[in-house]
Amino acid sequence: MRVVREPIWDDVPRTRVGNTFRHLTKFLASLGWAARILCESVACFPAVLCRRDSRHDLYQQLYVTGIRTLPVVTVVSLFTGMILALQVGLELRRFNQEIYLGAAVMISLIREMGPFSCGMCLAACVGSAIAAELGTMKVNDELAALEIMSISPIRYLAAPRILALVLMAPLLGFFCCVIGTMGGGIVGVTQLGVDFPQYISSAMSMAATKDLFVGLLKALVFGILIGTVSCAEGFGTDLGATGVGKSTQRSVIVSFLLILMFGYMITRVCYR
Amino acid sequence: MALIEFQDVVKKFNGVAVLDGVTFDVRKGEVLCVVGPSGTGKSVTLKHLVRLLTPTSGRVLVDGVDVATCSGRALNGIRSRIGYLFQGGALLAWMNVADNVALPLRECTNMDDAEIDRRVAAALESVELTDAAEKFPAEISGGMQKRAGLARAIVRPTNDVVLYDEPTSGLDPVTSVTINRLIKKLNRELGITSVVVTHDLQGAVAIADRILLLKGGKVVECSTPAEFLKSENRDVKEFLAAMKGEVS
Repeated sequence: MRVVREPIWDDVPRTRVGNTFRHLTKFLASLGWAARILCESVACFPAVLCRRDSRHDLYQQLYVTGIRTLPVVTVVSLFTGMILALQVGLELRRFNQEIYLGAAVMISLIREMGPFSCGMCLAACVGSAIAAELGTMKVNDELAALEIMSISPIRYLAAPRILALVLMAPLLGFFCCVIGTMGGGIVGVTQLGVDFPQYISSAMSMAATKDLFVGLLKALVFGILIGTVSCAEGFGTDLGATGVGKSTQRSVIVSFLLILMFGYMITRVCYR
Repeated sequence: MALIEFQDVVKKFNGVAVLDGVTFDVRKGEVLCVVGPSGTGKSVTLKHLVRLLTPTSGRVLVDGVDVATCSGRALNGIRSRIGYLFQGGALLAWMNVADNVALPLRECTNMDDAEIDRRVAAALESVELTDAAEKFPAEISGGMQKRAGLARAIVRPTNDVVLYDEPTSGLDPVTSVTINRLIKKLNRELGITSVVVTHDLQGAVAIADRILLLKGGKVVECSTPAEFLKSENRDVKEFLAAMKGEVS
């Protein structure tokens, strides 16, 4: 699959209908382009895992995706848990039901907020960086150089990045839930007068295994989406530095939108 | 015998023909310099040879194979023979010079590390860049980046064609001479067929077996440097006069 491509059209549509049709076709073409990048990357996963040099690239991407984002993910999930606990706790207090604070925070985090905040952090920190890096490589002819050397940019650049996101997103999603629950516990103990062991016991008693798996599934899907979108945007960059900025911006916006849409769809399918 | 052939190649962008019926050939072991004003399709011509662009009409043949329509395997075969020196070097920023040069060997061959190291050392020596092997692209000058790109373009044992996209642009006269000398040296010692897109007429005259002038997407003149300088063609005269004007 060629990453350095010519535009599909090299003329300007003359009518408004033609213009609308052109935009629609371009949108569908970009969906197909992203799907192809994902499929080819998945097909390259064995090569990434087997080749020594590719494994080294993968470790580097795992570090960038998993370790370098930890501070941001920690702060975001901690405050997410704290906000959840405060909002829910104040309502529960009205009914003297603070003992259920742990359960409410835990379920919200595992089912929705953990994977969601993890996805947002990854899209903002990792996805944008991938789009900017690949975009810069595109405008500097580095992708063209790889293609001319018969090195597939999909295998060499996209596959390790997407695989790192696939592996790290569920782990970070779980980490978000743990840290968020801790944050909720801090607020529960310090501001709502909830006993911490009681908070934890309430949290553990209500959380079902299914919730955990659905949460991890969401994080996994978000990882795939972020990786695919950012690689597609990066590879599709043109028009120099301006194009890099636009690609980076688009990768974050599209990732955010897809995270929301797919988050809803998975919830809808799993909790009917 | 012609190794590269352009047969009536037309390339349009936004309906405008950048190449308009370009026909020429490059013989094995030859250095062909493509000169002409900016925007006449010199780099576009080069990109057709490795299918970074495909012609709107016409054919581009490398060793008899149509680059635009050949299979992926055949294209890889063609690309394995061609080294491409981009204007900016196009080195990967996170690798040092030696790793950049070793990249095509590591990724596309089954050579062991010792053989790769030997070939990389030889390639770096041939472009006089041995001392910068451990440096990163950001730590070396533009001229050194181009030489590193050149080393990468010739490192594969199968490389017998090198395409140079403005190898001396943005360089000082001394470095330009060094690069031009390298191009000639590689051609003479390794028999590398070279297509050089350049604005540097003086350099082109020094290294080329033939010089091709493109103007308005058409081939105006394709002749030996001596014939080119004495050409009676109006466009060639204009071009030469403009170049002399630039110097004086």
